[in-house]
Amino acid sequence: MGATPAVSVSGLVVRYGSLVAVDGVSFSAEAGEVLALLGPNGAGKTSTVETLEGYRRPDRGSVRVLGLDPVADRRRLTPRIGVMLQRGGVYPGIRAPEALRLFAAFYPDPLDPAELLHRVGLGGVARSTWRSLSGGEQQRLSLALAIVGQPEVAFLDEPTAGVDPGGRQVVRQVVRELAGGGATVVLTTHELEEAERLADRVVIIDRGAVVAAGTPAELTAAGPGDEIRFGAPAGLDALGLAAAIGAVVTEVTPGEYRVATAPTPAAVAALTAWLADRDLPLADLRAGRQTLEDVFLRLTTADGGSSAR
Amino acid sequence: MNLAAVAAQARVELTLTLRRGESLLLTLGIPVGLLVFFSLVSVLPLPPGVTEPVDFLAPGILALAVMSTAMVSLAIATGFERQYGVLKRLGSTPLGRPALLASKTAAVVAIEVLQVAVLVAVAVVLGWRPEGSAVLAAAVMVLATVGFAGLGLLMAGTLRAEVTLAAANGLYLVLLLLGGMVFPLDRLPAALEALARLLPAAALADALDAALSSTGTLPAGAVAVLAAWAVAAPALAAWRFRWE
Repeated sequence: MGATPAVSVSGLVVRYGSLVAVDGVSFSAEAGEVLALLGPNGAGKTSTVETLEGYRRPDRGSVRVLGLDPVADRRRLTPRIGVMLQRGGVYPGIRAPEALRLFAAFYPDPLDPAELLHRVGLGGVARSTWRSLSGGEQQRLSLALAIVGQPEVAFLDEPTAGVDPGGRQVVRQVVRELAGGGATVVLTTHELEEAERLADRVVIIDRGAVVAAGTPAELTAAGPGDEIRFGAPAGLDALGLAAAIGAVVTEVTPGEYRVATAPTPAAVAALTAWLADRDLPLADLRAGRQTLEDVFLRLTTADGGSSAR
Repeated sequence: MNLAAVAAQARVELTLTLRRGESLLLTLGIPVGLLVFFSLVSVLPLPPGVTEPVDFLAPGILALAVMSTAMVSLAIATGFERQYGVLKRLGSTPLGRPALLASKTAAVVAIEVLQVAVLVAVAVVLGWRPEGSAVLAAAVMVLATVGFAGLGLLMAGTLRAEVTLAAANGLYLVLLLLGGMVFPLDRLPAALEALARLLPAAALADALDAALSSTGTLPAGAVAVLAAWAVAAPALAAWRFRWE
């Protein structure tokens, strides 16, 4: 593959009429890497991925997949990529093995459909048509259809949405095996846990722009490190408490607070004393580093909040 | 074009069509039902010089069969494929649009062959003795299939699936009544008859009737109408078709 990244997005802008869905997004992914686009619904994840899949042209900026233009070089690219749409995309009346055999026929060097069917845990529903599969089973079939052609790059739009815990295990396994075999996986999710579990690198997108990018470890380390977290009634006098402890206090979500200071016994004592003086309950108390969820919420709920939850 | 991919896609298209009960009712049940009923129950007017209803009905019902498969069935299936994102999903595979079109064509032709076999057999049992040229009849059906498929894809590619379903069925009924398929066109008011003769259904019924009669020659007017639809409808469909 050399110096060319498997996937590169640079200065991408996507508009729908006057609505700017993607506003200057840049990132790249290497061979063998799992990259998660993480963001609330409507952040521009799907628009970005669909531009990479060749479904729409960038309004500005450029995208390259395996060094090719997804629209202009479509015919050369489609045999080398796999796509999982956010929903549907399969004939309602088709059975899982029929769909897999059909898609296998499109590609030069496909996986064995029967084997793949078992690998995604659908061996037991081989007689069922798509419309009678559960949401999670449909997702697993979609995933299988995306990888049956042994893609060098797989684009998975919300692969775990609506999938039960057992199914998630299957999805994670398949994604790991894909990347282990040298393929690049670009997936979208609005669930932090999935991004943290699945991805080598995470790009956090909010309102069409990248707000943070890095490995899950980098992202959680990048923020202010030491802190005290606690739960208490919503709407505390944060300024008064901050004065008592001598550090900035923010209400991260209603009823959940973060004190930007090292969790020393003195700071914890000042906090509990302040609460005790006011006869306030303490729901939980946690000291230490921020989680990816903290980073995500801090970055995506600024000025007025968004639909992250 | 990858022929293995086309063959696989065509087989799936055919399998799914045969699996849909409503599609079989439309493509086989209704034509066979109409042919049998009106051949045995003499309630319909016949053109001058025709004594056996089946002699008049058989070419018209073959025309109806072509229309039901190439236009109605194709429109409804494709409309829902578009709505369910199937067309979109296929768009990111190496299949390609020309191959998809070839597969759909193959599936439509296969269903038509099945329809013709069944309908001709039933008509012969009812006393039909076709004359003329089977080759000419087949050529006319191919020409009409192109035009009807264009109309079907135009609906499927521009309307919501539910609207396509209604529009295709509505058009089917209109073209059945204005197609000279179950009663002769000259029974219609003159203005309506003139309009009907410009529509592909009447032109196909007319051309098939002529191809399968003792003269075995094609009416130039009807062939011209079919040819015009075969050019205009697919061109319009290609221009207006939206894949998502």
